[in-house]
Amino acid sequence: MSDGKYTTEFLLDLYRRMLTIRRFEERVKYLFLEGIMPGTIHQCQGQEACAVGVCAALEKDDVITSTHRPHGHCLAKGMTVKEMMAELFGKVTGCCKGKGGSMHMGDMSKGVIPAIAIVGGNIPVAGGAALAFKLSGQKRVAVSFMGDGAVNEGIFHEALNMAAMWTLPVVFVVENNLYGASTPVGMVVRTKTIAERAAIYKFPGVTVDGNDPLAVYEAMRVAVQRARNGGGPTLLELMTYRITGHSRRDPALYQPEDERKKALASEPIGRFEKYLFQGRFSTQQRLDNISKAVDTEIEDAVTAAMSAPEPNPEDALKDLFVETS
Amino acid sequence: MVESLLMKKLSIVEALREGIRQEMIRDERVFCIGEDIAIPGGWGGAFTVTLGMEEEFPERMLNTPISEAGIFGYACGAALMGMRPIADVQYSDFLFCAMDQVANNIAKLRYMSGGKLTMPVVLRAPVGVTGRGAQHSQCIETFFLPVPGLKIACPATAYDALGILRTAVRCDDPVLICEHKLLYGSKGARKESGAVDASSDIPDEDYTVPLGKAVIRREGKDVTIVATLLMMHRSMQAAEVLAQEGIDAEVIDPRSLVPFDWETVKASVGKTGRVITVEESPKRNGIGAEIAATLAEEAAELLVAPIKRIAAPNTPAPFSPPMEKFYIPQVDNIVQAVRDVMAY
Ligand SMILES: Cc1ncc(C[n+]2csc(CCOP(=O)(O)OP(=O)(O)O)c2C)c(N)n1
Ligand SMILES: [Mg+2]
Repeated sequence: MSDGKYTTEFLLDLYRRMLTIRRFEERVKYLFLEGIMPGTIHQCQGQEACAVGVCAALEKDDVITSTHRPHGHCLAKGMTVKEMMAELFGKVTGCCKGKGGSMHMGDMSKGVIPAIAIVGGNIPVAGGAALAFKLSGQKRVAVSFMGDGAVNEGIFHEALNMAAMWTLPVVFVVENNLYGASTPVGMVVRTKTIAERAAIYKFPGVTVDGNDPLAVYEAMRVAVQRARNGGGPTLLELMTYRITGHSRRDPALYQPEDERKKALASEPIGRFEKYLFQGRFSTQQRLDNISKAVDTEIEDAVTAAMSAPEPNPEDALKDLFVETS
Repeated sequence: MVESLLMKKLSIVEALREGIRQEMIRDERVFCIGEDIAIPGGWGGAFTVTLGMEEEFPERMLNTPISEAGIFGYACGAALMGMRPIADVQYSDFLFCAMDQVANNIAKLRYMSGGKLTMPVVLRAPVGVTGRGAQHSQCIETFFLPVPGLKIACPATAYDALGILRTAVRCDDPVLICEHKLLYGSKGARKESGAVDASSDIPDEDYTVPLGKAVIRREGKDVTIVATLLMMHRSMQAAEVLAQEGIDAEVIDPRSLVPFDWETVKASVGKTGRVITVEESPKRNGIGAEIAATLAEEAAELLVAPIKRIAAPNTPAPFSPPMEKFYIPQVDNIVQAVRDVMAY
């Protein structure tokens, strides 16, 4: 995975972030299945290395756009467990004051544009952010997270072509988890990779192991550097797997048993733990401490969210326009 | 007695599934096109309507990429060549992604051709504000009211869903069927919390339900309530509450918005003189607006009180349950509106 060029601190930070996402998702799933949490959820267990590797290569004032499956992206970009948990409970203390919910998580102050749940809808929005950076001479980068399913929306083509045309500082990150909802990617895409589509726009397209946070980080660093230095967009395809249902109670029976088994064996967190031990970056004790801290943070957030005030029903009428008259 | 033996109780999803199956058997030109509609081990679309149908019709259940403009554009082209596609989106909100194909092509090509072609496309779209936030909640019916060239149906019961589906498939014009998530009766992992029973006894015969023919769900003499889909069911509940107060409400379910059964509504208003409209989408430019304007224009002399529109506010749907509940018209809102109108 690496040649020892990372500090232990950096590696353990990646680990902590991935673990936070995993535990957050597991806790949320439980709350949801128990009927304590309202709404609907799309979770990213198994895809943590994508979010964490990508965001580790970003600066604080870079921005991301996300999808119907946003929890990992939001946490990786620096949103807090607390503001997200409260949003999932629909509380006023949530990042969107309960207006958004799971599918519209975001916090502009952390560089997270509220997630867009219309597949493909966020791709040009990241392009537009990049356009603003270019027009105003800011050295910032925009990232669009999307799934493999999103590349078949027409807007994918429009957005990538415009980014190429204007040489924009944007990275298009495709988390290829082999399925768009229940539909296998091989059924709806004829090319071997999604990354190869970048060739028609004349910018780089790279496919990397999305379950290895360092591989993701390295590929992303190249893409970000290129974007920041005026080199234009990159299409980054991260190969990964969703080891939970598509949404809510989906048992994912369309995923073949052997494929699932293989995916579970190469899920990113267990793999990274092995790497940390093999490289002697960490002891079990240290990881246990991280694990405990993560669990405490999540439990505190659950407690805080559950005891936070509900919004007033009439608040539904607020926040539409800046000027109400 | 013999007839009831032939009846079977079906939910809306079961009725639609049965209807689509029968139409595909009856007519080889009928095919389904949509996302996640034909994956073994999958869900049969977002709400299980086509569950398992890929086994019976491996060639005619077209599972697409996530490409709404493509789905409806392909449906349009195939219909022009004589096929009879049933195209669906997983949530009606995604019709916006296909707006050009729906509003500019499917709705207009026949007219632009001087009536020289037909467009037998069925468009299926789940609607309803159901705990998913602003982009999975819209009741798209009203967006299409100002798009001439589309028929719009809103079946609130399994009986109507099946009858309207048959009519739509056999119709040479495009028909948008708006199906309510809470009325479907989806089961298993796709079950909706807060679902309302809309199942019906379905006769074992090839009946159809015409477009443009309202049904009076409850007869009454004091006030007319016009509502479709979930709001029809809520209006029926409201009518029961009102009955205890001695107010006799008539509940009309138009079943289709285009064409619209003005005759039935006007006849009812002639009797009651009072009208309430109920809808789940924002009030501005909604179904109620259309009904109120038309009655004001064509039947003002029948009214003894101002028309009252119950609708969602002019905002997107909020996520948080207390705000969402406030957003969606509730039985209490309908009851109160009727009291107000009666007190006028
Ligand atoms: C325009 C649009 N069409 C359909 C959907 C319904 N839907 C939600 S997620 C999803 C699958 C998305 O697949 P992918 O892009 O691969 O992301 P993943 O779910 O695998 O993270 C679908 C079809 C949607 N939200 N938006
Ligand atoms: Mg996917």
